[in-house]
Amino acid sequence: MTTGTITIPRIVPRPKGYSGIWSWVGTVDHKRIGTLYFFTSIFWFLTGGLEALLMRLQLAQPESELISPEVYNQLFTMHGTVMVFLVVMPLSAAFFNWLIPLQIGARDVAFPRLNAFSYWVFLFGSILLNVSWLVGDAPNGGWFGYAPNSGSLYNPSDGMTFWVLALGVLGVASIAAGLNFIVTIINLRAPGMSMFRLPVFTWMTMVTSVLIVLALPVLAVAGIQLQTDRLFGTNFYNPVAGGDPVLWQHMFWLFGHPEVYILILPAMGIVSEILPVFSRKPLFGYEFVVFAGIVIGFMGWFVWSHHMFTVGLGPAANSAFAVSTMAIAIPTGVKVFNWLGTAWGGSIRFTTPMLFALGFIAMFTIGGLSGVMHASAPSDAQQQDTYFVVAHFHYVLFGGAMLGIFGGIYMWWPKIFGWKLKEGLGKVVFWLMFIGFNLTFFPMHWIGMDGMPRRISTYPSDMGWNGSNMAATVGAFIIALSILMWVINVYLSWRRQEAAGDDPWDGRTLEWSIPSPPPHYNFAEIPVVENRDDFWFKKHPELVAEYEGHHGPRGSPEGAQVDDDEEYEDDLEFADEEDAHGVHAEHDGDDSHGDEHGHGGIHLPDMSYYPMILAAGIALAMGGLLSEYWVIGIGGGLITWGLLGWSFEPVND
Amino acid sequence: MTEAAHTAHHEPVEDTSTGLNNRKLLMWAFLASDVMFFGAFIATYLVYRNKNLEGPYPNQVLDIPVTSVSTFVLLMSSLAMVLALDGIRRNKKATGRFWILSTAALGSVFLGFQVFEFNEFVHLGLTPQTNLFGTTFYILTGLHGTHVTIGVIWLLFMALVVSPTPKERWGLVLAVAGFYATMLSVLAGIFTGGDSSLAVISTLVGYPAMLLLIFGIVGIFGGVTILAQTGHGDQTSHQALDLEIAGLYWHFVDIVWIVIFTVIYLISAADGMPPGGVPFDLPAKH
Repeated sequence: MTTGTITIPRIVPRPKGYSGIWSWVGTVDHKRIGTLYFFTSIFWFLTGGLEALLMRLQLAQPESELISPEVYNQLFTMHGTVMVFLVVMPLSAAFFNWLIPLQIGARDVAFPRLNAFSYWVFLFGSILLNVSWLVGDAPNGGWFGYAPNSGSLYNPSDGMTFWVLALGVLGVASIAAGLNFIVTIINLRAPGMSMFRLPVFTWMTMVTSVLIVLALPVLAVAGIQLQTDRLFGTNFYNPVAGGDPVLWQHMFWLFGHPEVYILILPAMGIVSEILPVFSRKPLFGYEFVVFAGIVIGFMGWFVWSHHMFTVGLGPAANSAFAVSTMAIAIPTGVKVFNWLGTAWGGSIRFTTPMLFALGFIAMFTIGGLSGVMHASAPSDAQQQDTYFVVAHFHYVLFGGAMLGIFGGIYMWWPKIFGWKLKEGLGKVVFWLMFIGFNLTFFPMHWIGMDGMPRRISTYPSDMGWNGSNMAATVGAFIIALSILMWVINVYLSWRRQEAAGDDPWDGRTLEWSIPSPPPHYNFAEIPVVENRDDFWFKKHPELVAEYEGHHGPRGSPEGAQVDDDEEYEDDLEFADEEDAHGVHAEHDGDDSHGDEHGHGGIHLPDMSYYPMILAAGIALAMGGLLSEYWVIGIGGGLITWGLLGWSFEPVND
Repeated sequence: MTEAAHTAHHEPVEDTSTGLNNRKLLMWAFLASDVMFFGAFIATYLVYRNKNLEGPYPNQVLDIPVTSVSTFVLLMSSLAMVLALDGIRRNKKATGRFWILSTAALGSVFLGFQVFEFNEFVHLGLTPQTNLFGTTFYILTGLHGTHVTIGVIWLLFMALVVSPTPKERWGLVLAVAGFYATMLSVLAGIFTGGDSSLAVISTLVGYPAMLLLIFGIVGIFGGVTILAQTGHGDQTSHQALDLEIAGLYWHFVDIVWIVIFTVIYLISAADGMPPGGVPFDLPAKH
């Protein structure tokens, strides 16, 4: 670039080095960003869990006056919002960051600074959301923020303004990350890693990223509309001027249902990685699992109105959405059967990750079945707004997404940190969580069927719900205990670290072929991929013949080296000649050729503070809308500074 | 990568899995995301069409001839964008920069029309707070205008990237600062006045906003004048790629305007008072 002659005044020195706090602030390394995402969202997980415990304490006994209805509204709103946007999404993002470049054989994501930007925007957005507690005005309109109930006419306090502004900021983070991972997965695959050799987790990340990139703008639009209504008096959802409450519902759920798959698909990907490793078999029906994921991602756009069966859209719309909702159970069922088929006949090791994965399948199936019950519009009319719905979505989001994520934590912890989480305590964590989870949410099925409404802070004592509610509260505290045990597990394993080795589980995918923790350049040499589950078949070449047909399109069954550019190109859907040449040189054992593929030519992006400065500016400017206009000015200044500094960072190519 | 690839007029083959440049792919994916963004706003406009409970109604304020002119200007800016890319690709720096600045200028003219139109409508009694039409109209076209504004700033930067000399650096800083100042003064007028004609700005916000506006206009013209005196730096294929990516964005914003123009102006300009609406009389012209 010819911008080399431009120098702008540098107020902060360039970050250097790989230790100390500033190395984390300025990091653009995907593994470190993943770790930042992870610990931030674990913090919010504890916060959201605390909110849930407070609600369960209130509901433990009938006619309890522990928590006022006003605070209860804030608690369920924040619990939902925090768990969706600050826990499951960013925990998935932590795994995207940790694993995607390692699984596709890349040195980093396509846009490392944009990646850092995503994290910082997420961090500041999450702080903006939770500052609402500190000013005593937490959002209270539900995580779905139904307008006009969330508008200033009916909800004059600042809570929902915090909510729309923070969701706007968080949306920027998610979209930036989604774009980054789409480009990374499409463009940064190692030679030979054709699309149908990608690990399933990578595939599910791809589908999730596409959903994020397309769904979050819809939420952003709904948010901007509500925000201008609240702050500037526009009429989008002003009933006096003719604003339509149903429009908000359509907008929100057009985002909200793809969002459900954004939450669950990464966990499905994690489970699809855990099961083959601990069954010592390739994933059963790889293509079906991948295509089922794609189909879910596509059909997820045509089911949103099943959240609105009781709105009165009419029989035609209700029938159409009932049918599409039932139909989306098919690809989901395909996945469940493929997971069972993977475990079937395998030599199973019941490690902690495996337990979580099996727990995922069972719990997700229960949640899926109650989901199919909701798909029937007349049946749903009875279940709407009852605890039955609460039971359903906690079975898919806690029993599904969170169990899957915890499985992933136990699975990849040794890879990321270099030491294992102790298995014994890990199994205690699993069983406590599993039992506590079922004790909490299973009784909600029948009290929901019996008509106990959700989002109401108490209930009369003569409804026959007392025992079930007490059981649910006890269960919630058992879940809390399991989380405490997990923290203890992490602490004890950290105190007496047991070196994990490069490949503690006999892993299948590329991340297990490099040291633990991975060096910051990941791969000393970019690997050449010849099979699906390439690393496993390289370790066990004798198994290649046995699983012929399981290793990707036109894989070389003998595990033969790629020695011919032409054959190589045949194998690749998208490879260009450039790659093939690089591969050829590497295969010849020539490390000194000095291009990007060799030891000599590794160059990694420089660290930078500007993504954080830009992110802080965005959050401040948004927060300024709530306080003083000069805060917006400061935010705008930071945005300008961040953008300018970022633009003139050295270009690394 | 061979030397031939560097010197060829088309961009070099990229060292990625698909051979596509990462940033270009990013821009395409972002545009997909932006489609959903504008799509949701346009859908909102259509849902609320003819649902106004009170005036002014679209047929009382919308002026197709005037907006056709600004639409034509914006579409011509896409032509200028293509010519700019062509110039840079053929290594004709001065031509390329002339067309980059022309694109930015045409975009600014479009923005000027938008400010004029907003002024006019506010004068006729239509504000974002008035009715559903005002709300959906201002937010949708305003966000489109924001996209154009970002594009203009981007293009001013591109004009610098094409060949930086110290003098041109100042020109750019002046132009960008002027642009910001103008925007600020207009915003100040809108926020404080509602009726944001220049006289109102000066009375309500006082002299600072007027000074800001004057500085802004002088800055833009001064900066662009400095930039327009061509320099002759070297150039690489990066510039063509950078400009191509900016061009993707610019063309997209134009295409969105074609949809907005069709939906808001061509389709609903004749919309009058819906059944149940309150009749509205336009204020007398000043």
